[in-house]
Amino acid sequence: MSEVVKKATRQSYGEALAELADKYENLVVLDADLARATQTQVFWKKCPERFFDCGIAEANMMGIAAGMAATGKIPFASTFAMFAAGRAFEIVRNSIGYPHLNVKIGATHAGISVGEDGATHQCNEDIALMRTIPGMTIINPADDTEAKAAVAAACEIDGPVYLRFGRLATPIFNDPTTYKFELGKGIELKSGKDVTIIATGLMVNESVEAAKALAEAGIDARVINIHTIKPIDKDIIIKAAKETGLIITAEEHSVIGGLGSAVADVVTENCPVPVIKVGVNDEFGKSGPATKLLVKYGLCAENIAETVKKSMGLKK
Amino acid sequence: MDLATKKELMKTACNVRMGVIEAVFSAKSGHPGGSLSISDLLTYLYFKEMKVDPKNPKCPKRDRLVLSKGHTAPGLYSVLAQKGYFPVDELKGLRQIGRMLQGHPDMKTIPGVDMSSGSLGQGISVACGMALSAKISNDSYRVFTILGDGEIQEGQVWEAAMFAGFRKLDNLIAVVDNNGLQIDGNIEDVNSPYPIDEKFKAFNWHVINLDDAHDFDKIEAAFEEAKTVKGKPVVIIQKSVKGKGVSFMENNAAWHGSAPNAEQYEQAMSELKAAYAAL
Repeated sequence: MSEVVKKATRQSYGEALAELADKYENLVVLDADLARATQTQVFWKKCPERFFDCGIAEANMMGIAAGMAATGKIPFASTFAMFAAGRAFEIVRNSIGYPHLNVKIGATHAGISVGEDGATHQCNEDIALMRTIPGMTIINPADDTEAKAAVAAACEIDGPVYLRFGRLATPIFNDPTTYKFELGKGIELKSGKDVTIIATGLMVNESVEAAKALAEAGIDARVINIHTIKPIDKDIIIKAAKETGLIITAEEHSVIGGLGSAVADVVTENCPVPVIKVGVNDEFGKSGPATKLLVKYGLCAENIAETVKKSMGLKK
Repeated sequence: MDLATKKELMKTACNVRMGVIEAVFSAKSGHPGGSLSISDLLTYLYFKEMKVDPKNPKCPKRDRLVLSKGHTAPGLYSVLAQKGYFPVDELKGLRQIGRMLQGHPDMKTIPGVDMSSGSLGQGISVACGMALSAKISNDSYRVFTILGDGEIQEGQVWEAAMFAGFRKLDNLIAVVDNNGLQIDGNIEDVNSPYPIDEKFKAFNWHVINLDDAHDFDKIEAAFEEAKTVKGKPVVIIQKSVKGKGVSFMENNAAWHGSAPNAEQYEQAMSELKAAYAAL
């Protein structure tokens, strides 16, 4: 087997913007003094006349984006997830969400894998916050291939989109030559009849690894990748609930309000079966290397496999 | 400005004010005070200054107005109705279930509303975005935004002010409606924003002080000066009277966000009708 190639989805974001620049002449990119971190610098270098650094003023940046969208541009407003979804939440809600303006929010450095910067910068709440805004599309890609496809897809959506990217380089497991992104459609990466693991973002690859370990232990786990958290793919979730009777969700986000909650909303209303969440529990993060933090906070394949094993008795 | 034009504007402004009173009286809520203080400004903008066409409200080349102090929607709705974007009678549906006119401006459903607003401090950022958008597309339209003097206590206003000054957005004209009152009292008692002009100057804006926001000659002079400015955004700080035109509402913070009762409604309307008749 060939060596695993890794890339951070923030890098994919910057590259995708630059790649799409020629196709969409009205695409503009805004940043808030983090272009070298969000990787919008890739676009900046290619199209300096369409790149606008708003400085350290995220609330204003979201308003600028709204005004540009209202006048026919496709703005990608970029900053860390903490500031995009957290600090600027009310501007995103009222100036972008309420008028359903065509703003794309490129939120990088999401989740605990921000690493050394610690709790103030580790945003484990953004999916929960964005889910509450009517009409907001939320996409949390799992690897480089999916991230690039998601940015391209976002350009074709008429309305606000929240794109969630990571800082940590993670394995590229989707083949770019065959991968097809369908908005709002989950992807079954592995069939299985005993239990379903529904994952998003960097936890998708961990879930695939967990399923391999579970197979060795005699548990046939289905693995579903949910890249579009809103609108969520109800059909694939209901089918999994009916056919496997137990769902484990896996996300690099708080267990409150994220993918696990979104899946539980669908399951409880349509086909109640146990939904067990693997995610960041109700606590703040800490400083440390990203990979060690993922271990500390229980966000690895082993944690998912362990949770599945412990939960099998709950299966309906 | 010739006398006939001035009289027409004054009549229209009177109609705008009557529409404000009708709307908030029907709704039994809303914000008359700040709507009345900008009625002359809105009249001047829509009937003299802005390039807009009520028959083509989404025309890409039109001038834009972002009502950053969105709670004064009755003033905006009333002038839009006078201009012909929708029937004047629609004003009576303000804030009612199933009707078009929301408590704060809604661009999705109301013809002529260029931006949804209401949460203070946000509109000026959006106006900056529109102005920047025009610049990079070489479009000639201008963007107007109206802020309350209390509103500029919001920090986002100064993020936007810094951005507009730095980016030299000379197609952006902001008006600060300096009526001196906010919900909790006098602005200088609550959290004084003074000096307003020096603050904008410090952010590289061209500042125009308009000492009487209810004198059309002076309003015209301010906007004519604004047209001559190159390389800087313009702010017009207009000294206005909250509740202007209705004697018992003038300079009284209590009328920021409350509606008249039937008796007060009758008095307000008779005062405005008399003012109209005098023209």
